[in-house]
Amino acid sequence: MYDIAIIGAGVVGASIARELARYDLKIVLLEKGGDVASGASKANSAIIHAGYDAEYGTAMGELNVEGNKLYGQVCEELAIPFRRAGSFVCALGADELPALERLLENGKRLGVPDLVVLSRDEALRIEPNLTPSVAGALYAPTAGILMPWEVAIAYAENAVDNGAELMLDAEVLSIEARPGSFSIRTRKGTLAASRVVNCAGVYADSVYAMVEPEPEFSINPRRGQYYLLDKTAEGLVNTVLFPAPSKLGKGILVAPTYDGNVIVGPDAEDLPPEERGSTATSAEGLERVRDMARRLVPGIPFNTVITNFAGVRAQPSTGDFIIGEARVRGFYNVAGIKSPGLSSAPAIAKRVAEMVTDSIPGLKARKGFDPRRRPRVNLGLLGDAEKAELIRREPSYGNVVCRCESISEGEILDAIRRSAGATTLNGVKRRVRPGAGRCQGGFCGPRVLAILARERGIGPAEVRMEALESAVLFGALGKEEEEAS
Amino acid sequence: MNEYDVIVIGGGPAGLAAAIECKKSGADRVLVLERDRELGGILQQCIHNGFGLQIFKTELTGPEYAERFITELRSLGIEYRLGTMVMSLGADRVVKTMSPTDGLCTLSAKAVVLAMGCRERPRGALAIPGTRPAGVFTAGTAQRYMNMEGYRVGKDVVILGSGDIGLIMARRLTLEGARVHAVAELMPYSNGLTRNIVQCLDDYGVPLLLSHTVTGIRGRDRVEAVVISRVDENRRPVPGTERVYDCDTLLLSVGLIPENELSRKAGIEIDPRTNGPMVNESMETSVPGVFACGNVVHVHDLVDYVTEEARRAGRFAARYATGKSFADGNVVKTAAAGGVSYVVAQSLRESNLDEKIELFLRVKNVYRNAKFVVTADGSPIKTFNKKIATPGEMQHLTFDSALIKGRSFRKLTVEVE
Repeated sequence: MYDIAIIGAGVVGASIARELARYDLKIVLLEKGGDVASGASKANSAIIHAGYDAEYGTAMGELNVEGNKLYGQVCEELAIPFRRAGSFVCALGADELPALERLLENGKRLGVPDLVVLSRDEALRIEPNLTPSVAGALYAPTAGILMPWEVAIAYAENAVDNGAELMLDAEVLSIEARPGSFSIRTRKGTLAASRVVNCAGVYADSVYAMVEPEPEFSINPRRGQYYLLDKTAEGLVNTVLFPAPSKLGKGILVAPTYDGNVIVGPDAEDLPPEERGSTATSAEGLERVRDMARRLVPGIPFNTVITNFAGVRAQPSTGDFIIGEARVRGFYNVAGIKSPGLSSAPAIAKRVAEMVTDSIPGLKARKGFDPRRRPRVNLGLLGDAEKAELIRREPSYGNVVCRCESISEGEILDAIRRSAGATTLNGVKRRVRPGAGRCQGGFCGPRVLAILARERGIGPAEVRMEALESAVLFGALGKEEEEAS
Repeated sequence: MNEYDVIVIGGGPAGLAAAIECKKSGADRVLVLERDRELGGILQQCIHNGFGLQIFKTELTGPEYAERFITELRSLGIEYRLGTMVMSLGADRVVKTMSPTDGLCTLSAKAVVLAMGCRERPRGALAIPGTRPAGVFTAGTAQRYMNMEGYRVGKDVVILGSGDIGLIMARRLTLEGARVHAVAELMPYSNGLTRNIVQCLDDYGVPLLLSHTVTGIRGRDRVEAVVISRVDENRRPVPGTERVYDCDTLLLSVGLIPENELSRKAGIEIDPRTNGPMVNESMETSVPGVFACGNVVHVHDLVDYVTEEARRAGRFAARYATGKSFADGNVVKTAAAGGVSYVVAQSLRESNLDEKIELFLRVKNVYRNAKFVVTADGSPIKTFNKKIATPGEMQHLTFDSALIKGRSFRKLTVEVE
């Protein structure tokens, strides 16, 4: 019997698991995918928004500002690379200037620090590649950039290091509410928990419907498509650039990524509920992104694109984050966490942890809770003497597996062996980047696959790229398929 | 001692031939650095035959071709290090390496030969819309999985691009029981060798769809289908021509890119047309004492020509290392014009020319009854006629250096009509 079952190991579920791990609780984190951050947490703009955008008086507005403030400490404790690059909301023409003033006022009321409206010349001085038709820009120095999945991975790892259990490939199939507990049937077996926290992203309404015949909200999937440009485009923009916001969201941004690439996107396209898992890009969507982004930065070098991808945001029917205990006692919804969900996650986690622990009288703190995560070794950042010493101690750090990004076998082994470690090719790629470089895994793919098979004690044909049915290989040559699979 | 006469970076066909030639030409201490677990490079995964017709006048498989050089390398006592990655190359020819056994090493050489080969163009560069499931491979990666690791990559396969590796893989997959539904090629002609189109597609009934491309990838976890569309003369997909191919695997054979990160960081000048270092008649780059050969300079069609080029680089690297340095003198620049996409070497130092000059180049389009004209400072000095010249085949133009020696030309232009 678990005290808490958290459904969904995206950034929301993982951060809640870690905040609850501060207490003497038996926690299980259930994830449908083959890795944490398998849904919206891995495909988004990778921005920590300053918080001027969501309306004053909404949960989104309050939690974004609070979350942004918390990120400094969170990234320090969890060893997440993070940089406050700042953001611009750009008025393209004088008619859009009043929108900046409205955002400035809204931001001030919400408590966003250091907001200022820059003149055209000031904006162009900082961002020379911005369109000359810019009339002014709202500058928010506290906006930040990071690798979005890194946040969920770090939170999950720290939660597991502090006693939480993580179950991957454990899609929840049904939930039965019993007096004082829930029986949860998953693809990995049935388990019981006294409380359930529903962080199932675009599936949160379906999960809620397992215990509530008449759910009071629904989740509408909204897809956004992106381009990622090569590092040769680094320096195109220095801050995160947005157009003035529209009804559909914050618009298509052009931003530096933490690793030195440039990200462009997303558009916003509502999908029918049955297509909520669809992260396909389309020629029309990508063209829309290109056209709109060029209005902001005309000279985007789209010939340096290294990949395109799409993410699906969980748009709540209520228009605001849904956070709280449901009519079913002990069942908490943390749903509709669309943008600025990543920015708000640390604040959401604190709020939910407070809500849940308040309902458990006499709860004690976990003995030996350690909020810190061991930093990753990044061989590329070490000096020669440190490198030499590390290789002497652990020779696998001398074996370069990924030539584009110079990633060693030692770094890959560490990513696999950590708590909440990588179990798939993409999991390794998200953690230490082999395959994220110019050759996109052409060279290192077979090598990483072999390491994963060896480490996990499975056959190469069982190694997956990502989800359950995503085995890379079809079995050994010269054997019957049944035997090989 | 970490001082060498010549260090060769890369132990594939180019590196092996260069190292052997260095030793034979009088360089005593020669070292080959290879990052993989064995010598031979990509040849080791090319288990088909067709190698060696030019050099050995016999048909060999890739590993057999490599073995001849590896045996000779060993018999000459040339030193090599496996599992060793070159982290940097300085203009002073200081080479820093990393390996599990030796850790970090700093080596120096009187001359360096770059022989890092090339890599495949990945999916991202094409920006194909759709999902990003398992089952999308570059052709060479699929070849490695099959021939080196011994695993099937798919049962129902579509191949985008008709480069030689894609064609070879169409046959390989068919022989292993997979069904190759089609090879789609964006251009109105194939970039592969004619013999490969005949022997790998025609002989097995695999259709080659010219002026077609993949416009969609479907499938959530694994590829379930790809969409192929016809393209117009501007290479844009024609709406309404989409055809869905149910398959579990998509192979990409859409071009090779010389691997020059190391060269760039060393400050070596790169020709934007070849994506490889600019070289002179001796295969020497813009950095004195640093030579280059094989696919790192420009992508070759046959390994035999890589070997020939590498021998030249090896010979001149040894001459440089042993202090038999070159006299300077008039330098003739070469250039590609109308219909020719590039010319290697990019410059010729008159005083170093052998009896014959050999220029390598590729054409941009298919030319029947092609006439190549070599022009020196505006006046034609030599013409060559070929029945057919295709972009898939590397062209060699060989002529007497007497045609330019002592005449102080500035520029040699090659064009095709």
